[in-house]
Amino acid sequence: MSSNETAPTNYLNADYGVRSWLFTVDHKRIAILYLIAVTFFFALGGLMAVLIRLELATPAGDLVQADVYNRLFTMHGVLMIFFFLIPAIPGVLGNFLIPIMIGAKDMAFPKVNLASWYVYMAGGLFAAWSMLHGGVDTGWTFYTPFSTAFSNTYVISTAIGGFLAGFSSILTGLNFIVTVHRMRAPGLTWFRLPLFVWSLYATAIVQILATPVLAITLVLLIAERAFRIGIFDPALGGDPVLFQHLFWFYSHPAVYIMILPAFGVISELVSAFARKRIFGYRVVAAASVSIAVLGFLVWGHHMFVSSQSPYAGVIFSLLSMLVAVPSAVKVFNWTATLYEGSVSWETPMLYALGFIGLFTIGGLTGVMLATMGIDIHVHDTYFVVAHFHYVMVGAVLMAYLGGLHFWWPKITGRMYPIFWSKISALLVFVGFNLTFFPQFLLGYLGMPRRYHAYPDEFQVLNVLSSAGATVLGVGYLIPLVYFFWSMRYGKRAGDNPWDAFGLEWETTSPPPTFNFPATPKVTLEAYDYTGRAEARLARTQPVRSSP
Amino acid sequence: MSERHHVTGLAVYLAVFLALMVFTAVTVWASFVHLGPFNDLVAMAIAFTKATLVVLFFMQVRHASRMAKITVVAGFLWLAILFGITLTDYFSRGFLG
Ligand SMILES: [Cu+2]
Repeated sequence: MSSNETAPTNYLNADYGVRSWLFTVDHKRIAILYLIAVTFFFALGGLMAVLIRLELATPAGDLVQADVYNRLFTMHGVLMIFFFLIPAIPGVLGNFLIPIMIGAKDMAFPKVNLASWYVYMAGGLFAAWSMLHGGVDTGWTFYTPFSTAFSNTYVISTAIGGFLAGFSSILTGLNFIVTVHRMRAPGLTWFRLPLFVWSLYATAIVQILATPVLAITLVLLIAERAFRIGIFDPALGGDPVLFQHLFWFYSHPAVYIMILPAFGVISELVSAFARKRIFGYRVVAAASVSIAVLGFLVWGHHMFVSSQSPYAGVIFSLLSMLVAVPSAVKVFNWTATLYEGSVSWETPMLYALGFIGLFTIGGLTGVMLATMGIDIHVHDTYFVVAHFHYVMVGAVLMAYLGGLHFWWPKITGRMYPIFWSKISALLVFVGFNLTFFPQFLLGYLGMPRRYHAYPDEFQVLNVLSSAGATVLGVGYLIPLVYFFWSMRYGKRAGDNPWDAFGLEWETTSPPPTFNFPATPKVTLEAYDYTGRAEARLARTQPVRSSP
Repeated sequence: MSERHHVTGLAVYLAVFLALMVFTAVTVWASFVHLGPFNDLVAMAIAFTKATLVVLFFMQVRHASRMAKITVVAGFLWLAILFGITLTDYFSRGFLG
């Protein structure tokens, strides 16, 4: 009761009822819709992971049959990639923050924004329908000719789900690009934009240029499976390696659709909790764009053992290593930002520091895998599984959670319990490493991925991994509980609980429907903590009569 | 106003349509002329010209803003990347003999 009498009108209490949410065009409410949806799909994909780790606790294939196991890891991959990792940071944090960070009232196309959520949900419906009818067993990569000629599971409906999720991603990217071009507040030049905006802009380029190729590839796949039109199946005159070219032309850049927004989040967190402008701001911004572009030239590193020409392999290998340069620039610049900063150990910062460490491991093992000689040795082993989980979970998920913890007070106006949030950040970090580090060793020792049984000598490392997954699971459950709890019982957060720099901290928490009472004017560079302090000082001191 | 808002006349559309029809006929005719590997090249060149006409006139990119032009060019550049790098695989597969 005391909570309502003081709460000014904001986007949450501006209107009530299910209709006001399902027909909203407010970017902040759409972000909440995305938050609910991606959390649901993450839980579903997580459930599959639980069953996978449970099966792998013992060498014998005793919990599930081989064909059930195939469906489990396929649906785990499809749900986590198409329905969680790709939409999570852009859909939730991007939708909520981009208009506020650039001082705009909303996205350039609010209705398209809402449509993107519905298209995404339609895709989710197809995926869920396929799962309920028995799932799909091709792996999330849908490799031909198995997927078009042999699998007797729900390939087409799952592919339609991925197709729709892709279109949702295109709509989101389109909206971000137009919004950043057309709706920046006066004074907010390109090189004054927060790095989160830069990274989502770079992401949007990838979303728009890569995702149509996924759509086309899935349509070709459906055409061959449903109508026997020969494209990939050698029996019909097709080429199965062509599928891999088309698929990875999207799916490698898709890695950057997932990781670039995470980079953006980390730049915001590191700067906020080191109280410093990001070291080499322009270079970090440019690195996002160059990763986005370079990411398109490397897809063949997934195909070193596919009968792809070794000459093409060498080119792809070299180009892949090139991506490490702008990625390393980011890691070094975040680290350099910490130097002589006043670093504080708030929960979001714990996630950010965890990110830097885990991404470094994930990235460096990526360079190892880009080396053809090593890749041929560990191809399709747990080494690869560990590598991409360090990037997808260790980096992207850590950044997403760090971002949620950072902006939660802005989104809900409430603070979560600090103690529990630090405990869970620690559990996630420890649990993650315990789950996935043993998988590097397993892969190096030769354990292949995608089998439900394995030789006895791999059991110790597998048990460690499964135990780690339990810790990780608890680490994810705790935030779920206290975020819910905080919405009702959390302390009021205030407009700028971290005393951070940025337009989003200059409006109220939660923000009003159109974000600002009046369009803000930007006079400072991004993260200009010194400039802000001087401006504050000037405001509190009496005006001197003459210089 | 007149600078930004260009209205393409019916005559231009008809001319472009006619050109597309002529090119289609040329494609059919060229397929009967024996040029060896150059048959593909000729067919692709004609198809490229036709696509350019459609993009410039029917999709009105000719009078679009510079940003829209960059977007169109980027789309085709990326298509070229997809085709080009994929072909490095197909063309070099025989190198090992
Ligand atoms: Cu890749």
